[in-house]
Amino acid sequence: MNLDVRIHGRGGQGVVTAAELLSMAAFDQGLHAQALPTFGSERTGAPVMASCRISDRPIRSHDPISRPDVVVVQDSTLLRDPAVLGGLADAGTVVVNTSRTLADLVASGVVVGPAQRWVTIPASDLARRLLGRPLPNTALVGAVAAITGLVGPESVGSAIRRRFATLDPKVADANVSLAEQARELVTAGDRGSESVA
Amino acid sequence: MLRQLEGSRAVAETVARCRPHVVAAYPISPQTHIVEALSDLVAAGQLAPCQYLLVESEFGALSACIGASAAGARAYTATSSQGLLFMAEALPNASGLGLPMVMTVANRALGAPINIWNDHSDAMSQRDAGWLILFASSNQEAVDLHVQAFALAERLSLPVMVCMDGFVLTHAVEEIDVPDQAQVDAYLPAFRPRQQLDPDDPVTIGAMVGPEAFTEVKYLMAQRQLRALDVVTEVADTFATAFGRDSGGLLRPYRTEDADVVVVAQGSVLGSLADVVDDLRETGVAAGALGVTCYRPWPWDAVRRALLGIPRVIVVNRAVAVGSGSILGQDVRLSAPAGTTVSDVVLGLGGRPVTRDGLRRLVLDVLAGRLDGEALTYYDVDRERVAVELARELGDAAPTSGARP
Repeated sequence: MNLDVRIHGRGGQGVVTAAELLSMAAFDQGLHAQALPTFGSERTGAPVMASCRISDRPIRSHDPISRPDVVVVQDSTLLRDPAVLGGLADAGTVVVNTSRTLADLVASGVVVGPAQRWVTIPASDLARRLLGRPLPNTALVGAVAAITGLVGPESVGSAIRRRFATLDPKVADANVSLAEQARELVTAGDRGSESVA
Repeated sequence: MLRQLEGSRAVAETVARCRPHVVAAYPISPQTHIVEALSDLVAAGQLAPCQYLLVESEFGALSACIGASAAGARAYTATSSQGLLFMAEALPNASGLGLPMVMTVANRALGAPINIWNDHSDAMSQRDAGWLILFASSNQEAVDLHVQAFALAERLSLPVMVCMDGFVLTHAVEEIDVPDQAQVDAYLPAFRPRQQLDPDDPVTIGAMVGPEAFTEVKYLMAQRQLRALDVVTEVADTFATAFGRDSGGLLRPYRTEDADVVVVAQGSVLGSLADVVDDLRETGVAAGALGVTCYRPWPWDAVRRALLGIPRVIVVNRAVAVGSGSILGQDVRLSAPAGTTVSDVVLGLGGRPVTRDGLRRLVLDVLAGRLDGEALTYYDVDRERVAVELARELGDAAPTSGARP
């Protein structure tokens, strides 16, 4: 079993942290995992990419993920860059942070492959409500964990608590709730492409 | 115990468990997380007794380590890229004076143009500085090599550089077993300096040596480096016994038995190569990989033996000698047995990813003879782009009769 998740976002959105959290949660689950950031010159707002590999076998490669099973898009404006979906499997999954519906995205020119599964989730809106800031990463980690079914909510929660251990405990609490809310939204949805809100 | 953590963090914790008395470093990407973590450990009292020196530069960092080591302290520093070059003046002093210390190089390209990403230009540029140079193929090996490096440095009374790929390893979060304190204490004896500055027993370390003895001193240094080859192997063996993990040593062969083609490389690309070798073997291509863990001293005999009977060898160079050619490739060519054809390839400069697809294509291209006749192939260069620029440069350089296009 191999699951390759590629996360695209912008500097300041916690792209690297999202990959790290997912890898920590998978490790807790007894799987092998690797989070690999691809850094640019770090600037807030610049496109950032991170890879997370999850496998039932030890992971030896350290190259960036070129054929992802799942692409997470933390900022939907990045979908204008064809490289964001580059190498995605025909039956791959795309998780987009947006308050727009999938139909709306398609109407604005986003091309959805016939066998692909797309999930839109208003992660920034959820974060604004729970964290007071539009930081979508923990919601998206919760969503990906639920969609792939490889990582349970306890592992996600535990990873968030460990990663944010040096901050005010309220930060971890709010992020755990955020990941949980995203999980519930995704779980309540259909199996095909969908918009959850 | 395996934990999911960042490579830099794992290396910092490992270095701390080796109990250095002095850590002197200047932050530079992508080394920064290592020295930040060490500074936190010292500040929190979790690494004691240890003095963390805030220095004004890399030159200051290495100079402080030289002073500390000469005074009998276990010393550690870390750097990258131009930071290593800023140490260049002091590097041969540490080795020439026979002062043991350990330095992590989080490998990064050299500017200009400025580039923060990974290749091996920094460490390779200092290959002749008299340090032992070890390359980690994974974060686990990076951790293990640091423990071995302190043992090696102090046994040989020589400085040791541990290279790990910047960002690719330093910033990767993965499962790593950081040896626990009791294990490291049992493996690594307390530092007993071979020579030591002591006000109560004054000696001079680093006196001037004139033409009457300089050649002999250099000859003995060279011999000492070559003798270190046996010690590198011994230290890896005792490490394997103590920690139950096979790490370090001179070379890391992977499925080279009966191989028709072997790819020689250093650093994290070896992980991807292992995957590519497995894939190729499944499709009937007898490929293998040979990791060079110990780059200096160069393991002549071990490389020759490892390549004996291998018809084709591909060397992946992650640094170039401008105006000359390859660096690692030249060493491999000199060690390759007669009858072995060496293809010298440059890949992954300045952070360009070395992918499994690319490595697989490379092996198949070499086997199909598509690289034959090329002394050095820039395998991942954008040929169209450089052709346009080259044409323009040559046009500029050509004598013109006034009018320019």
